[in-house]
Amino acid sequence: MDTNDLIKALAADTRRPGLSMNTVWLGAASGALMLAGLVFFMMLGPRPDIAAAAETVRFLFKFAVTGALAAAAFAAMRVAAWPEAELRKLLPYLCVAPLLVLVGVALELVALPSDIWAAKLIGTNSLLCLTFIPLIGLAPLALFLLTLRHGAPSRPALSGALAGLAAGGIAATFYAAHCPDDSPLFVATWYTIAVLGLTLLGAIGARLAVRW
Amino acid sequence: MSGAEDEHLASLLRQALAGDEKAYGDFLRDAALVIRGWARRWTAGGGVDAEDIVQEALLAVHVKRHTWRGDAPVIPWLHAIARHKFVDAVRRQARRPTVGIEEYEETLASAESEKARDWEIGRALEGLAPGQRAVVNAISIEGCTIAETAQRLDMNETAVRVALHRGLAAIARRFGRN
Repeated sequence: MDTNDLIKALAADTRRPGLSMNTVWLGAASGALMLAGLVFFMMLGPRPDIAAAAETVRFLFKFAVTGALAAAAFAAMRVAAWPEAELRKLLPYLCVAPLLVLVGVALELVALPSDIWAAKLIGTNSLLCLTFIPLIGLAPLALFLLTLRHGAPSRPALSGALAGLAAGGIAATFYAAHCPDDSPLFVATWYTIAVLGLTLLGAIGARLAVRW
Repeated sequence: MSGAEDEHLASLLRQALAGDEKAYGDFLRDAALVIRGWARRWTAGGGVDAEDIVQEALLAVHVKRHTWRGDAPVIPWLHAIARHKFVDAVRRQARRPTVGIEEYEETLASAESEKARDWEIGRALEGLAPGQRAVVNAISIEGCTIAETAQRLDMNETAVRVALHRGLAAIARRFGRN
């Protein structure tokens, strides 16, 4: 078949093009939040003293970090789904959450005596954190990968890693409402490991599934 | 690659996405010219055939046309898609075992009798279900309209459209994968 023949066939295929990316992202974001919420409320639920906790800076700080991560990674992933995306421009946004963590850790080290640093870092619930952040983030990650597949990312693995970060950000935001460990030392360690696990999974998943 | 050329392509693509079949054909022909220029440069070192890249890129442009934003320039979008397909083809080529000359001899001997060389798309076409292949063949190589194809294959027009759509999507998916 030569190229002009191919063009004839393509031009004759007048069935509607795929749904617009904006529509699909909107659906994916709503679906991700609902599924993550469903898993969270069915398996964990918020901690019992959440009202009192909401008045402490450390508790609120967790949401600043996870919220910033979820928002920035989601925005970056949306851009990455366009074939001509220039991903370098997104780097500043992605730095916000890590910088917040660093500032939080620094302030915590100043605020606390050094002999309880280790205890705060280890916390009470690190295993639960490492289990539930990936578990809550799994369905959002799957939805995001499907959406990337509908798009045309020219860097599939990188776009999948961003999907993992976004899913991790969403999952960590829910999990933070359950987790009794509020120290930035705990967040910087265990949340990071859990989110990076999802990020790796996203990159691998995208390599396999996001082909076009 | 001037702003005027981009505007021309953008206006054709806009009409095409609104359902203008003729504008879409014009768009694809002009896009093919632009992509061929890049593909020839990229493949100057050999190994990959420029026209394979053009065809694969056009298929990708077709199945991914919803990823063009109506307010964005067209040429960078085309370039990114074509580049992606070129990189893909190079990787594929690298994975293929190199074939000894003796295995080529038969092909080399028959190559002269062939008028048109069969590109990778030919292989993808052969992999289609017979019904889809018949429809794609009739419309592309034989130049039939949807109505003529329907009559010839004794199908209704909707079925022809569906077979064409699915056939092209399947070719785009399996292009060059073997």
